[in-house]
Amino acid sequence: MVEVRRSTIIDAPIGDVWAILRDFNSHHRWHPAIAFSEIEGGDPVDAVGSVRRFRLADGAELREQLLALSDKESRLNYCLLEAPLPLMGYVASIRLKPVTDGNATFWEWRSSFNPPAHRRDELVSLVAEGIYQAGFTAVRRMLGGKPTPAGTLSRERPPVSPVVAPPRVEIIPAATPGSGTKAVVVERHGGPEVLQLRDVALPSLAPDEVRIRHSVIGVNFIDVYCRTGYFDLLQPPGVPGMEAAGVIEAVGTGVSGFAPGDRVAYACPPVGAYCERRNMRPDLLVHLSDDIADDIAAASLLKGVTASFLLHDVHAVRAGSVVLIHAAAGGIGQLLVQWARHLGATVIATVSSDDKARVVERLGAHHVVVYSREDFTDAVMRLTGGAGADVIYDAVGKDTFAGSLATLAVRGHLVSFGQASGPVGSHDIGRMASRSATISRPNYGHYTDTPEKLAPHVTRFFGALRQGVLRVEAPTRYELARAADAHRDLEARRTTGALVLMP
Amino acid sequence: MPKVYVSSVIGAPAADVWAVVRNFNGLPSWTPFVADSRIEQNAPADQIGCIRNFSLKDGGRIREKLLALSDYDLSCSYAILESPMGVENYVATLSLTPVTDGNATFAEWQAEFDCAPEREKALLQQIGSGVFQTAFTALKQRFGR
Repeated sequence: MVEVRRSTIIDAPIGDVWAILRDFNSHHRWHPAIAFSEIEGGDPVDAVGSVRRFRLADGAELREQLLALSDKESRLNYCLLEAPLPLMGYVASIRLKPVTDGNATFWEWRSSFNPPAHRRDELVSLVAEGIYQAGFTAVRRMLGGKPTPAGTLSRERPPVSPVVAPPRVEIIPAATPGSGTKAVVVERHGGPEVLQLRDVALPSLAPDEVRIRHSVIGVNFIDVYCRTGYFDLLQPPGVPGMEAAGVIEAVGTGVSGFAPGDRVAYACPPVGAYCERRNMRPDLLVHLSDDIADDIAAASLLKGVTASFLLHDVHAVRAGSVVLIHAAAGGIGQLLVQWARHLGATVIATVSSDDKARVVERLGAHHVVVYSREDFTDAVMRLTGGAGADVIYDAVGKDTFAGSLATLAVRGHLVSFGQASGPVGSHDIGRMASRSATISRPNYGHYTDTPEKLAPHVTRFFGALRQGVLRVEAPTRYELARAADAHRDLEARRTTGALVLMP
Repeated sequence: MPKVYVSSVIGAPAADVWAVVRNFNGLPSWTPFVADSRIEQNAPADQIGCIRNFSLKDGGRIREKLLALSDYDLSCSYAILESPMGVENYVATLSLTPVTDGNATFAEWQAEFDCAPEREKALLQQIGSGVFQTAFTALKQRFGR
């Protein structure tokens, strides 16, 4: 039995490194030796027991099985099931630890196996240098922004494809100053630092497009998923962002219903809102009336439309329903609390801190649970006399999903519409019979991707704003160049209410 | 129970760093805040259960008991018996791990303790930055890479 142990320091926060390594099917996107990889049977990448089948650049095929995965300790163990090399009994582990002095990451990669004696040195060297050391270099390069050799970063298979087909955003270096626009460009998927302000060319206007000069750009959690590659809505190099307000600057020859000078807003794919000016098809543009300010539209259109279909279409909330809303101080959370209350529901909200609790109380929540202090399932059961919640809106994901299931009333409905804390993983639907539970996983596009689907939600949302049913607080503003800071604050849950970028 | 965790990278092989920090009676030689130290009852400094009795440059006196020492894992655990800090059940572990890439050392120092709630924040700061990080910074300078 030989043991191989290699360790390094990566100059990036542990969360960024772990986000890459915990994905058992990510290695073909960063490891230079691996050409292709997939998880057998379509199992989740973080399901213990899942098997990855992958092919090396030389054509050899291997299978490895995930034996253990811990987000608590940032550690995973796996073993080799099949390989063309005699790495007998190969069991390996990857473990990360934070370097608090400098915000870096200690990464240890080790394994043990039984090589045939005559190939011992060759195989130890292969594992230590060809796999571990090469992997360190590749991940360091990926996170450090240094140039990547061709073929190292394969982008052929982003892990999840939840919404619509990704239109590729063309980023062309500006030929001459003044003919282009400033845009935040993601040149590779990664942490907030990949958001870089660049000068890019603005293509000439197609007949079916309009050109918009943005005044305010909305920041949403979906932009984070686009940035990291969790959703394949953005193929690098590309510009993130799906929400903005502004003024029509020019109109293509085939466009009707819009004219230069019109105030508009949108909340829809394709991505590309993090810029001063852009061209896009006007199908899903919304005209703004004088009583809706640009920053309110940019900060709330996507969230307001989402709240509208969550409360009326995905589940029709009725007077007397018990509604549990997680992350209630967040952008959508604040709208859900106010609107559900207006619909006559009993609103129970969860938040992470006392400050956020006060925000949510002011919005009209009947009960607020600070989940860091009190188990929310216990709290809801106590508040409802053991009955549970009729509908739960959960965009937190991993940290709350199991608890939400346990908090449902009989015939309750769990609406999972996001995963701010990580993917919810797989669950046995057989156990949901104990409550006759309904689970929904609504997709923004499926409720809003045509003018006919979108219009009623926009009308209802703007109506609710005008009537004062919904109050949207002034968003926190960041300069466009500081998009990375906005993402950091959003991901660190340091924010309440909406964030916007100012071009 | 409040917990402190501080880690750092020292630019020297783990064996060299360990040679300095494994001496339970050696705080005055590598930390900037310990004035003098002795092992009570003349025990060897690597005898599990021995007690180091040291004074800080600011005048405080601390007694700590060696709970575990491993030349295999490069780690050392100890408990505070007496101190002016107002902590109870204080157990700390200092451990080193080799970083093969560059032949450096990943150093970790963690502690758990009980204290009066209103003292918790100040103690976490004092122990994390004032003690552990300060000592690591001194080690980094000593091995100056």
